[in-house]
Amino acid sequence: MKASNLLRRELLAGAAATALLGGVTAACAREISGELPAWTPDGGAPPVPVTPGPWQFFTAEEAADIEALVDRLIPPDPHTPGGKDAGCAVFIDRQLAGPYGHARGLYMRPPFDESAPSNMGPQSPLTPAMRYRLSLAALDQHCTATFAGKHCHQLTPKQQDDLLHAMQSGGLKLGKVSSKAFFEQLLQNTREGFFADPLYGGNRDMVSWKMIGFAGTRYDYRDWVEKHNQKYPRPPVSIGGRPQWTPKQS
Amino acid sequence: MARKLPATDVVIIGLGWTGSILANELADAGLNVVAIERGPWRDTSSDFPVTYAQDELRYHIRHDLFLRPAQETMTFRHNVNQHALPIRTWGSFMPPNGVGGAGVHWNAETWRFLPSDFVLRTHLTQRYGAKFLPQDMTIQDWGITYQELEPYYDKFEYLCGTSGQAGNLQGKKQDGGNPFEGPRSRPYPTPPQKQPYGPMLFAEAAQQLGYHPFPQPSGNLSQAYVNPWGVTLGPCTYCGYCEWFGCGNYSKASPQTTVLPVLMRKPNFKALTESTVLRINLDSSGKRATGVTFVNTSGEEFEQPADLVLLCAFQLFNVHMLLVSGIGTPYDPGTGKGQVGRNYSYQVTSSVPAFWDDKNFNPFVASGAVGMTIDEFNGDNFDHSNLGFVGGGYIGAVMTNGRPILSTTRLPKGTPEWGAEWKQAVAKNYLTSYEPVTHGSCYSYDNCFLDLDPTYTDAYGRKLLRITFDFHENELKMSQYLTDRLGDIVQKMGPRTLEKKPPTGPYDVSKYQTTHTCGGAIMGTSPNNSVVNRYCQSWDVPNLFVTGATVFPQNAGYNPTGTVGALAFWTAHALRSQYLKNPGPLVQA
Repeated sequence: MKASNLLRRELLAGAAATALLGGVTAACAREISGELPAWTPDGGAPPVPVTPGPWQFFTAEEAADIEALVDRLIPPDPHTPGGKDAGCAVFIDRQLAGPYGHARGLYMRPPFDESAPSNMGPQSPLTPAMRYRLSLAALDQHCTATFAGKHCHQLTPKQQDDLLHAMQSGGLKLGKVSSKAFFEQLLQNTREGFFADPLYGGNRDMVSWKMIGFAGTRYDYRDWVEKHNQKYPRPPVSIGGRPQWTPKQS
Repeated sequence: MARKLPATDVVIIGLGWTGSILANELADAGLNVVAIERGPWRDTSSDFPVTYAQDELRYHIRHDLFLRPAQETMTFRHNVNQHALPIRTWGSFMPPNGVGGAGVHWNAETWRFLPSDFVLRTHLTQRYGAKFLPQDMTIQDWGITYQELEPYYDKFEYLCGTSGQAGNLQGKKQDGGNPFEGPRSRPYPTPPQKQPYGPMLFAEAAQQLGYHPFPQPSGNLSQAYVNPWGVTLGPCTYCGYCEWFGCGNYSKASPQTTVLPVLMRKPNFKALTESTVLRINLDSSGKRATGVTFVNTSGEEFEQPADLVLLCAFQLFNVHMLLVSGIGTPYDPGTGKGQVGRNYSYQVTSSVPAFWDDKNFNPFVASGAVGMTIDEFNGDNFDHSNLGFVGGGYIGAVMTNGRPILSTTRLPKGTPEWGAEWKQAVAKNYLTSYEPVTHGSCYSYDNCFLDLDPTYTDAYGRKLLRITFDFHENELKMSQYLTDRLGDIVQKMGPRTLEKKPPTGPYDVSKYQTTHTCGGAIMGTSPNNSVVNRYCQSWDVPNLFVTGATVFPQNAGYNPTGTVGALAFWTAHALRSQYLKNPGPLVQA
């Protein structure tokens, strides 16, 4: 490949271009001619798996509340863990600490008309991370004031459900932030964490895929297309494979 | 200050389907061609390997392959009385980015338009009378006919290896194909894909109701195929990751799997990636393009002089480029004068989700375009005399995917959105529900258009494109009618319960519908009714050609890519056989 130096220029760290791109690929302009660029190791941008460990975005108090709420949105049952044990709070924590949390790549120029109807698309200046931070603080204030000093995660499941219903309808006042907008974001992110590839911290051990019968990231179903109305026999596989493929450490 | 680069014969803005097809044709004609692409280089083995291409969160939910609104977006309003607001995150449609463009992440539904679609106003007026059309409807004939475009549809399908069953071979009806399609010169290059359970159940029900179901033409190939340029595609494995995703199997037709392996090797072709064209430059007469100015990721500006400029970006950005470059007269809805931005249209879709107790659809055994469809209610294939609307669409049971983040939102009406009851419903309905769709036309109106926004600007200080659009009564009636017909078929499939979901308006720019935005620099017979002539050549600047769905005067009831690809070959042929011999207007104004 003839790669001209004319356009090749390292990205300036922190320059506007970084904010523009949002993705994980470091980018720079490139001239390609005379040859199909060959495959190179590390040429692509594989996903970065979530690492276990301490919270990266939430405070311990916030995390406790989120774990309680995701476990009400997706409660445990005898067959399938709930949102907490499936890892939804970890998923949300890592998402908020990353590009998604900072609305990277979104159009965030003013003016913001927050009174616009929902069919005009989201018009809030808040990034997802800011919305969580402000909403959780306001929720904590509400709970401690209403329930004799108790935090959200210390409430009964019934009380937590009532709170979620009040947020869902927009009836709960959470200071300057819309409780409805926060609820919708929380529900969306919880569902994302529950059903996304386990790589991202939720859907631990593919619990949700087993629950619904999704075969995961298997890439070839040619043998099953014409097996109409017959249950697919093989268990799900994720981007990281299957735990069962690796023998347990003794 | 822009640095001036050595002149080239041709500069192409955008290296997607049309850019890569035209680049290859013009490089073959011996011209030096430079394509400038805003996004990165992308290829199968590096960017969508089977080890991680199947990532719903990253690609679908977080839009990883798409343009980011921070790079470029547009504002939206429903009508001229509303204050337009920016599309801050993609919703209703998904503008592409990078080499291959939307060809990377489409579902690959590869349709032809009906012969009557190209002469729409004439056809409808002759059949129903001029008064039948709504006053504000601005549909028009294209200026080309199906017969003229047929060889180029054929070229695009043979480039892609499209899998399907012909319904009309040189005028002879063929069993199992679409009885309503225009005559095709030869069969599809590859046979139809195997059909999963849902589409077969739909086809049986449709047949019982007297319809003629046929396999949807698919760019996800039923078998390995070598295209006329010597590029090999593999058989589709029904992985269920097509739309929003790159294909890891080399089995979805895309520029990567059909054109680029040939084009990139040509010494007289050069691609500049991650370089954004800011404007098309004109000479002092304003009648001749001198090239383009672009900026790279380091913020350095360059001028690329060229004799011929091809505007091959995504539909909305083609119109934006014309407007920010001051080419043509912007459309004014008040006076009806001006052509640039006029006749912006879209697509009107609906669905009928249905729920069974005793069926297993294995929704993840899927491909973006596999399915069974009927065409009885498309275009003017049915009598509209007593219906109170014009237009139509195909009705189909496609099996695009069973990806869980979104698929689990398909639940019977009345199911709570969270909690134990929701969780049970998700577990119960994921495998046992199915959602056939309708895919309808969207005709043009005098108050649906594109112009520049007065308030919001992009990262380069250019005004954003402003979309003024809403669904009209004609389209809502049409879609309601199609949804009812679909409802009849789904009822026949014997579900426990079903729900008809026709669009009700107003248009919601935050909810994904399709990426089939159309028009704004439309094709026509004169500078008084169009931006480009029948060869996609600008009336104002004859060494500028505009491609893509940008030139559709209105949208038909089919996915646009087949027609977009055919028009690229049609334009390439006009350039090679006429323009290069005698550069100048190919049609006298």
